[in-house]
Amino acid sequence: MSIITNINKAFDHRIRLGIMSILMVNEYADFNMLKALLGATDGNIASHAKALEKVEYIKVEKQFIGRKPNTRYSTTDLGRVEFKKHINALEKLINKS
Amino acid sequence: MESKDYLKDISDIKDLMNKSSRFISLSGLSGILAGTYALIGAAITYWLVNTYSSGTLILDGQIFRFVILILALVAIFSATTGYILSAKKAKKTGANMWDATSKRLIINFLIPLIAGGLYILIILSHGKYGQTGGLMLIFYGLALVNASKYSIGDIRYLGYIEIILGLIATLLPGYGFWLWVLGFGVMHIIYGTIMHFKYDVK
Repeated sequence: MSIITNINKAFDHRIRLGIMSILMVNEYADFNMLKALLGATDGNIASHAKALEKVEYIKVEKQFIGRKPNTRYSTTDLGRVEFKKHINALEKLINKS
Repeated sequence: MESKDYLKDISDIKDLMNKSSRFISLSGLSGILAGTYALIGAAITYWLVNTYSSGTLILDGQIFRFVILILALVAIFSATTGYILSAKKAKKTGANMWDATSKRLIINFLIPLIAGGLYILIILSHGKYGQTGGLMLIFYGLALVNASKYSIGDIRYLGYIEIILGLIATLLPGYGFWLWVLGFGVMHIIYGTIMHFKYDVK
């Protein structure tokens, strides 16, 4: 029972899991880096990033590099904790079956 | 979404973590070739110094300038080979040659290397050249250790070996040349061969 509750609905999608994985090992990542690594469309990444931002697992910073807008993503402390919990739950599920 | 493959999730996570933080397209073959260039360069140097300079090296002599030129050529050839083969490997595996990971790798590799290079030039200009070989090994080793966080982790061990060889060379300046040959020539070939069979041949 407790294992199931640790599976976090917010991560229950390939793109969201991917965004979190990348941000866990990088100080930050910009939109194009996420896009290149995940091979998803702009809209897809933007909406999943938005979902993660809404639950405050990631931080989004918009800035300008020269004249180009640049969106930077990074994890929050809450996001890191929740992601670790989620991974642990996944691993437990695998070991059980 | 209920019956999805959690095992695949975990492997995707690991894969993305690696791909996004490390540049892993370094080719083992480029290590072997870099070692070969170093050996060729060392052989030419050895021959030049013994034929025209009776075994000793004078700082402001013609031969010394040749030796510097050979060193520069070895470095340029090695870097070019490394770049070409890595680009090829990156293309084959569908990775990006010029992304955040490769930039980070190069910056972190170059910081100790350039600092060391400048330091060597400074002490050379003071006329102290007995430890040049050792210092090159030490700073190259430090550069490798520093870069290993952003690439294949095994580079770290090559770095340790270069640092140890460098320290021995500074203790025994008379053997500096041979330790240089061992560090830049032989060790690269051994390391490149191991990497080639570990990562490239599959």
